[in-house]
Amino acid sequence: MSAVARFDVAIAGGGIVGCACALACAKQGFRVVLVERDALGSGATAAGMGHVVVMDDSEAQFALTRYSRQLWRELKLPAAAEYVEAGTLWIAADGEEMDGAERKQAWYAERGVPSRLLTASELAEAEPNLVAGLAGALLVAEDGVVYPPVAALEMARRAEQLGAQLIVGRAVRAIGDGRMALDDGMELRAERLIHALGANATALSPGLPVRRRKGHLVITDRYPGFVRHQLVELGYLKSAHSSSGDSVAFNVQPRPTGQLLIGSSRQYGAEDAGVDREILRAMLERAEIYMPGLSGLHAIRVWTGFRAATPDKLPLIGPMPGDETLWLATGHEGLGITTALGTAELIASDFTGKKPAIAPEPYLPARFAPAATSLSATLEEL
Amino acid sequence: MQPEVLSITINGKPLSVPAGTSVAAAMLMAGEPCRHSVTGEPRAPLCGMGICMECRVTVNGLPHQRSCQLLCASGMEVVTE
Repeated sequence: MSAVARFDVAIAGGGIVGCACALACAKQGFRVVLVERDALGSGATAAGMGHVVVMDDSEAQFALTRYSRQLWRELKLPAAAEYVEAGTLWIAADGEEMDGAERKQAWYAERGVPSRLLTASELAEAEPNLVAGLAGALLVAEDGVVYPPVAALEMARRAEQLGAQLIVGRAVRAIGDGRMALDDGMELRAERLIHALGANATALSPGLPVRRRKGHLVITDRYPGFVRHQLVELGYLKSAHSSSGDSVAFNVQPRPTGQLLIGSSRQYGAEDAGVDREILRAMLERAEIYMPGLSGLHAIRVWTGFRAATPDKLPLIGPMPGDETLWLATGHEGLGITTALGTAELIASDFTGKKPAIAPEPYLPARFAPAATSLSATLEEL
Repeated sequence: MQPEVLSITINGKPLSVPAGTSVAAAMLMAGEPCRHSVTGEPRAPLCGMGICMECRVTVNGLPHQRSCQLLCASGMEVVTE
């Protein structure tokens, strides 16, 4: 079969980022097509936790996560998406981490994000299943949890209602110069292409500065009330920031079903999607240090996924140097659920020429490429 | 020889069973469902061999115990989930 179809915007990848882009562009009146190889909202979207969180790694990460969290709060999802503002508790294990929690609270307060320090006894009351003797916590009450595959599907369906075409079950073989070639011989032509293939980004664009970072998650049977907030150890920041080596951190999320998601692990260079028993053991041992009662619960499933990691921990959002038809929307690492919505709005603003709600510069792919040099050429030299 | 008889409670009601009785069998003797599904339907053992998870009950305060894999013990408190 060979055919050509024309659109304003063609999106490769139907994870949460691609689906959010489809909706944002369809809302602006663009004729949109989205191509997904497997299922809408699969890949890292289905493998991740679904934590909608404001982060303070850098001003740029803060701006994108805060803007995106606001968009989540306004999205009005159906009940099946399980969006709940459970709040994040950043757990301080000792006095040093409590100092860190206080700095974090002050940093958020300066920027207008409400958060509240909990003493050791307030933390024990808020989360009775945490181990005794922790120093305290920082509560960020407006953070949320969501079931990402359903949220992605909902955005894709809303885009479809606005006229977007969804092509599921076809892989994108090539993208660039206003064209997208599919594996059945079909060619899509569009003035603007969006590359939203997450951790598979380099399969189509080999030079991109995106590495696959493997993660494991465990889900338990239903234990309503066992955990009430998204719980993350402050030491998580050390784990998430180390750019080499395997790491684990205590990160537990209560689902509205009463189930618990237990994470987290980070591994570079682990291409096998199978469960790594050593890292799984390390991850669960870490979790049991913070929450000893976890060892008495039944886990019902363990799985892995791949994050799309960039060297500077910020996503790639914006025009691809060297191809004026191609925009990138990948490299979201562990924050893609949160930042999908801000990503989509930044790209839609770029397409319409409207002033974006936040400064787009920190996320531009061009930051990895000196002027007048194509990104892929630069990276091949590195 | 008479088998040893054990006393347990099921949803607060006392029940006497012969030693060696599984908790799943005791639930059937008492006529009580083991658990309720997410949509509220009563459920009872299906596979009887620890795979289907339909026979989960709370035993002595511990939720999600597979009653078909557990023998009754004296004083055990079993509650429908």
